[in-house]
Amino acid sequence: MSRVEFWQGNTACAEGALAAGCRFFGGYPITPSTEIAEHMARSLPKAGGVFVQMEDEIGGIASVIGASWAGKRAMTATSGPGFSLMMENIGFALMTETPCVIVNIQRGGPSTGQPTMAGQGDMLQCRYGSHGDISPIALVPASVEEMYSLTVHAFNLADIYRVPVFIMADEIIGHMRERIEVPDKVQLSERKPVIDPTHPFRAGCDLIPGFPTFGKGYAVHVTGLTHDDRGYPCTTNPEMHEKLVTRLFNKVESVRDEISLFETINTDSKVVFISYGAPARAVEQMLHDHPEAQIGHLRLKTVWPFGERCLSQFPNAEVFLFPELNLGQISREIERHTRIPVISIPKIGGNLHLPQELWEITERYL
Amino acid sequence: MRHELRLSGFGGQGIMLSAVIIGRAAVMYDKIFAVQTQVYGPEARGGASMSAVIIDSIPILYPKVREPDIFVIMSEEGFLKYGKGAKENSMMLIDSSLVYSRPGTPHVLIPATTEARRVFKRDIVANIVMLGALVKVTKIVTPDALEKAILDSVPKGTEELNLSAMKLGFTLAGG
Amino acid sequence: MSGDDWLRKDRLPHIWCAGCGNGTVVNCTLAAVDEIGWQRANTVFVSGIGCSSRAPGYVLTDSLHTTHGRAIAFATGVKLADPSLNVVVITGDGDLAAIGGNHFIHACRRNIDLTVICMNNQIYGMTGGQGSPTTPMGKLSTTTPFGSVEPAFDLTELAKAAGANYVARWTGFHVKELTKAIFSGLSTKGLAFIEVLVQCPTNYGRRNKYRSVTDQIDYMKTHSVLKQKADRLREEGNELPEDTIILGEIVKRSLPAMGVRK
Repeated sequence: MSRVEFWQGNTACAEGALAAGCRFFGGYPITPSTEIAEHMARSLPKAGGVFVQMEDEIGGIASVIGASWAGKRAMTATSGPGFSLMMENIGFALMTETPCVIVNIQRGGPSTGQPTMAGQGDMLQCRYGSHGDISPIALVPASVEEMYSLTVHAFNLADIYRVPVFIMADEIIGHMRERIEVPDKVQLSERKPVIDPTHPFRAGCDLIPGFPTFGKGYAVHVTGLTHDDRGYPCTTNPEMHEKLVTRLFNKVESVRDEISLFETINTDSKVVFISYGAPARAVEQMLHDHPEAQIGHLRLKTVWPFGERCLSQFPNAEVFLFPELNLGQISREIERHTRIPVISIPKIGGNLHLPQELWEITERYL
Repeated sequence: MRHELRLSGFGGQGIMLSAVIIGRAAVMYDKIFAVQTQVYGPEARGGASMSAVIIDSIPILYPKVREPDIFVIMSEEGFLKYGKGAKENSMMLIDSSLVYSRPGTPHVLIPATTEARRVFKRDIVANIVMLGALVKVTKIVTPDALEKAILDSVPKGTEELNLSAMKLGFTLAGG
Repeated sequence: MSGDDWLRKDRLPHIWCAGCGNGTVVNCTLAAVDEIGWQRANTVFVSGIGCSSRAPGYVLTDSLHTTHGRAIAFATGVKLADPSLNVVVITGDGDLAAIGGNHFIHACRRNIDLTVICMNNQIYGMTGGQGSPTTPMGKLSTTTPFGSVEPAFDLTELAKAAGANYVARWTGFHVKELTKAIFSGLSTKGLAFIEVLVQCPTNYGRRNKYRSVTDQIDYMKTHSVLKQKADRLREEGNELPEDTIILGEIVKRSLPAMGVRK
């Protein structure tokens, strides 16, 4: 069962979080993400949750990590400048395996850039922004409906894999209003229970330890320092560091094909578009306007970890065309995984690619 | 049946809300599809504000208005910035109390602000007058859906005022 | 139980230098949490980065050793998400007043129900003795090689002005008074801030001509005045020397607080 709503993307994101059981929001207002904070400020107290407007984004993500250890599903929402400020604590969340959801409604950057205009310029920052070797999860919605469903999914992934999960949306998807069918119920996962309380950071073959929530008597020590299975600092032992960071990296990378979500159209096509977020809508329109051309389309819903299996869905592909609202960030990642030429179709400035301009480029390859 | 509607005026007229009401009427009550977008930022307040709605009987893929076929213009600056280049055969509803220019394309003059002031002593409902006229002229949503979407969207205690404004719009548009 | 039962014994010995004042503060803190009757299972210690911030790692409760300066912001999340938890932040002068200054004043403004204990050794001890916002004018550090030219922060006045419900200052020498002050802080609804001046023989004392640990403690003893006495002297028109250390309860009040257990 479901009901129809006419929602803004940011509203759908906040509602998805609430449906997923998110009961803590800590953040700092920033355009174009602010509607999420405002919605949570109104809704969380009624749902028995907590909203706190922190003094900056550093405090926002810090409070979210604290709330997660206190047992709450917790999130923050921001845009480029705030995202940059959060980076150190995002690294802390990765190192301490803290489940949390971080929404980035991307705008034009760098610096203050274009606060009210769309961009996808933070796609590599979410992957590589923290110092050290990390492997986070990033989901990319292309509709108001996905702002809801992928936010729910993000909370599940965060709890299953014990990592921060990013929703890397853009101003267009965050701000537009459209029809959404809101399900009455969503599927929720739970954090794994602790197996060995004396070694709370010891993981089994899935590389994911159980979660020792604060206040349950585990007396767990959580530190951003390199630590052993007990959680105790162990900073000068090279083997210990290698073991820990490799596990943190592999617990996500080893299941990248399971995590990665995508949709395909015309899989036997020679000319294949790859897209995510708002540009996907331009590609879909172009395909709709030119059905006779039988152009392929791979729409990514998960960008990180990148599961290369999605590329093999197009066995006849001779060229990948990749429009992004940046100067070619994920297209470079695709190049790492294929010998087929990847043609980046970059656009920055805030406007979305026009279907017509994509068609003109396509015609060169048909 | 795809329609692309662009609304423009100045900050405070309710240009954004008008677009949301039309989108809401289409999706929630006419059970069709709509995408609403708008220009954010400081220029949306002081200068010409702009919002847009796409309405279609099938799911809408490209969310941005490309070539509007319907315009609602409520300020001279809004006309110059967003209305002037209207394509042939587009329909423009103009608040003739505030806009002096006239397009070479089909248009309907609605003295919405003057009439809102005269009848209700409230300029603020001029946008709802324009919505009434818009629906009467273009039929992009049904009058019933418009009425329900207005009731969903306006502050409590102003429902009667806004419905009267909508009906005034129907009348001014020749209904 | 006694204070000792709160120690994570498998983590000892600690990393602090011989003569360091931090251990005393941990003892006083654990004596106070034990006396007030808190349970280990619902008590959380939170810290940032620095010598002080290693303290939670030695306490047998849930403990969150976070990033530099951000302990209070993390603690805010823990406390608001679960007000049934007792949350203590242990921090240092650099962690709290330099990189974490903004979180500090805003936590005081919110009056969130945390007890914040600052081990103020007036130096960045862990990284080899760089100047901090509480290094006194003229004092030497590796980054103030000709003597600090910046005025130092008075952390208690800062906490008071920002709105904390309980503010006190003691030194590591005043063990009984400090334990009592921490007890009062733990009992306070709202933000309790206790600053403890501690000696750092390795990186502060050595550079600033305190030949021994006792020299530095003697300095703190001879240069400190109880708040009541300082107030009286001032009322009588006396000026106190610039380097006077005011000790005691600076403020105790019950402004509205956040995150208090229902």
